[in-house]
Amino acid sequence: MTNRVTVAALDAWLRAFAGLVAEHEDELSRLDAAIGDADHGANMNRGLTAATAALDALAAGEPPPAAGAVLSRVGMTLISTVGGASGPLFGTFFLRMGTTLGDHETPTVETLAAALRAGLAGVVQRGKAEVGDKTMYDALAPAVEAFEAALAAGEPLAGALAAASKAADDGCTATIPLVARKGRASYLGERSVGHQDPGATTVGLFFRAALDAGIDAAAAGREAG
Amino acid sequence: MKKIINDPSAVVADALKGVEAAHPELKVDHQHKVIYRADTPRGGKVGIISGGGSGHEPLHGGFVGLGMLDAACAGEVFTSPVPDQMVAATKLVDGGAGVLHVVKNYTGDVMNFEMAAELAAAETGVEVISVVTDDDVAVQDSTWTAGRRGVGATVLLEKIAGAAAEQGRSLAEVADVARKVNANGRSMGAALTSCTVPAVGHPTFDLGDDEFEFGVGIHGEPGRQRLKLVGAKELAELLVEPILADLPFASGDAVVAFVNGLGGTPLIELYVLYGEVARILAAHGVTVARSLVGPFITSLDMAGASVTLLKVDDELLGLWDAPVRTPALRWGI
Repeated sequence: MTNRVTVAALDAWLRAFAGLVAEHEDELSRLDAAIGDADHGANMNRGLTAATAALDALAAGEPPPAAGAVLSRVGMTLISTVGGASGPLFGTFFLRMGTTLGDHETPTVETLAAALRAGLAGVVQRGKAEVGDKTMYDALAPAVEAFEAALAAGEPLAGALAAASKAADDGCTATIPLVARKGRASYLGERSVGHQDPGATTVGLFFRAALDAGIDAAAAGREAG
Repeated sequence: MKKIINDPSAVVADALKGVEAAHPELKVDHQHKVIYRADTPRGGKVGIISGGGSGHEPLHGGFVGLGMLDAACAGEVFTSPVPDQMVAATKLVDGGAGVLHVVKNYTGDVMNFEMAAELAAAETGVEVISVVTDDDVAVQDSTWTAGRRGVGATVLLEKIAGAAAEQGRSLAEVADVARKVNANGRSMGAALTSCTVPAVGHPTFDLGDDEFEFGVGIHGEPGRQRLKLVGAKELAELLVEPILADLPFASGDAVVAFVNGLGGTPLIELYVLYGEVARILAAHGVTVARSLVGPFITSLDMAGASVTLLKVDDELLGLWDAPVRTPALRWGI
């Protein structure tokens, strides 16, 4: 029996992410005000509200969407609605995830791990960020690594997501003492020290959303596409 | 927050309705938030588009018209437009001679314009060249930052490249002129107050009554240093000296001297500042060939000013003097 994740679970994860960003909109914008231009929360909330509407439209269609289509639609919607650097970066992350998930209806957890890894690669390609630049990369890269490591150690999906969430949160906190080297925060140089990166914080919310949504593997015997 | 708005989330859309009503020579694609010339595309003429976050008006929409931009994409306040918008604008202005994208050097703007140029080329085969402005000497340019910001020189570039396109020059030639402006332009700004983003509702940063933010950008992002308030004479020195040293400008150089208001500073103060800037330039033997004073690249209601100097030769000066007819700049017609 293979551990798989259902489209319904991915849908719930994305909606929980949108909900968390809406809830934390002011906090994200406050973090951005310290080292950017105070609009990260509003921009991400606008994009994810549109993405939720796109998920509704997809869910109403027949046949039910494949996993890749769900993630790709969210990515395209973010690219078209968020603007700034966050639109292309988060949009590319979900688009690349979607490409890897393809038309599987219930991808394996290993495919999900590959999708997260591909999403990370897309973010690096678009943003050219490296470790320690004080960007979303500093939460996303450790989260993806922790997820892969947990799966390799035999953790079930829920445990691997918990490990990813903890790694993302630790990565967020680790951005506080860093000097920003990418994006608007880099204009501040040393003055960017002491503030948590808003993009990394949003990545933390993405993985926390998986826990909030109670994502676990469907003990699916059903073979799927 | 006291602002003349209906709904904080509808400010950009509502302003575009006003632009359309006020300027019959312009059209607005409300879906894509693109302001464009009613007479575009013009066969054989290089199209020029720009765009960026809103809140910097008249940049960019106020510079759409004869002799300047063919279209401008309005993003959300202080947020880059999205690729769909630039693709729509590119198609609107493509008269077969290619399209120049004028992009201010901010991470988001550069990424979204890059994606748009790829998409537009893939969809229609249009040739796009992007020129990125990065004239702000407040930011140390290094591989460890996003690089210098595009600020005041963008206004001068849009005027001069627009004139070159109007003359019928090729895309490569128009792009060369644009790069020449960016290479010879330098800016520095200072803020006396923060600005208030409508959707946020409170000032982006706090500044004491006796402080100003030196080396500020145009998005309410903090600047290089926070200093004790000084008079216009000393502020002019603080702004102009780093500009002169950076290019560097030398005795005998001719410049376009541009004193820009950031939105909340009255013109009378900009002229006080301009007088001090002119005095400093004269002392350095720099000749002011042309001047521009007023709020042209703003940061909502931020009080403050920036100075841009552009070293000009006969070619750039001729293009600067060429006719222009836009909502915010018009002469020679």
